[in-house]
Amino acid sequence: MSDTPEILLPEDKPLEIAGRVYQSRLLVGTGKYRDLMEAGHAIESSGAEIVTVAVRRTNLGQNPDEPNLLDVISPDSYTILPNTAGCYTAKDAVRTCKLARELLDGHDLVKLEVLGEEKTLYPNMTETLVAAEELIKDGFKVMVYCSDDPLLAKRLEEMGCVAIMPLGAPIGSGLGIQNRYNIRLIVENAEVPVLVDAGVGTASDATIAMELGCDGVLMNTAIAQAKDPIRMANAMRLAIESGREAYLAGRMPKKLYASASSPIDGTFF
Amino acid sequence: MQVEVNGDAMELPVGATIGALIDQMALAGKRLAVEVNEDIVPRSQHQSFALSDGDRVEVVHAIGGG
Repeated sequence: MSDTPEILLPEDKPLEIAGRVYQSRLLVGTGKYRDLMEAGHAIESSGAEIVTVAVRRTNLGQNPDEPNLLDVISPDSYTILPNTAGCYTAKDAVRTCKLARELLDGHDLVKLEVLGEEKTLYPNMTETLVAAEELIKDGFKVMVYCSDDPLLAKRLEEMGCVAIMPLGAPIGSGLGIQNRYNIRLIVENAEVPVLVDAGVGTASDATIAMELGCDGVLMNTAIAQAKDPIRMANAMRLAIESGREAYLAGRMPKKLYASASSPIDGTFF
Repeated sequence: MQVEVNGDAMELPVGATIGALIDQMALAGKRLAVEVNEDIVPRSQHQSFALSDGDRVEVVHAIGGG
């Protein structure tokens, strides 16, 4: 018996951000894991190539022998994406990015997020615009966490942000994609990658984001706070691939009523 | 002299460098970044940069985040 011939699907263009090509469309955070080892294993299982980190004060009383995050998640193996999480002003976000660039030997890809309030962690867009402008002028490549306003998203792109990252739901909420219409509009208008950043709770949420045509998804809590983060990381990898394939395949149109899958002709009853 | 390091007051000998401060914090050889009075001091200058009384120093590193 001959082998089943392999069906070759047309190749997808890989994700390209700021001139660099990535095979994975899943970007992951490193927060909220039980320990660094679990974080390392989950990230490996996710297949992610871009990994976010936060920048914080070294604890004065910290155990000096404790391994450093960047020893486990090495800049040699991953593209490290420092974030400005916790910043509520443009000034703090710009300072954080400058420290991150120094920390990472001049690496200038950053995730800008300027928060508006603690309850929703919704982005403060006026401060975000100010920070983005200053960072871009200073040579940073800015991936920007933003609201799902299509006009502001376009404005950030026109300013020179290298990726637009609207939230799908509040950070850490796991509510799933609450704003499909807006996300779709942002994707339709964008000429730089659009990634849903925040809001994903489980694999189907990630798939929905990709089916809407997003170029990728950035998530942290959905993996880190799963009962089995390593397994969820794998689920997310598959979900992202699956959603991307469905988007490329083009879904069937929705209909209000049924349409039989088996022919009516040739029935014998 | 007294400087403020990561928000806490710290007593250092007059003319102490950033390199000496990092040693004192037992952080020598770690990947970190330093800011003095809100300006970055590049790693290449840590050994030569002398701190002054009243300087506000931030010593930061990467930790888990999303």
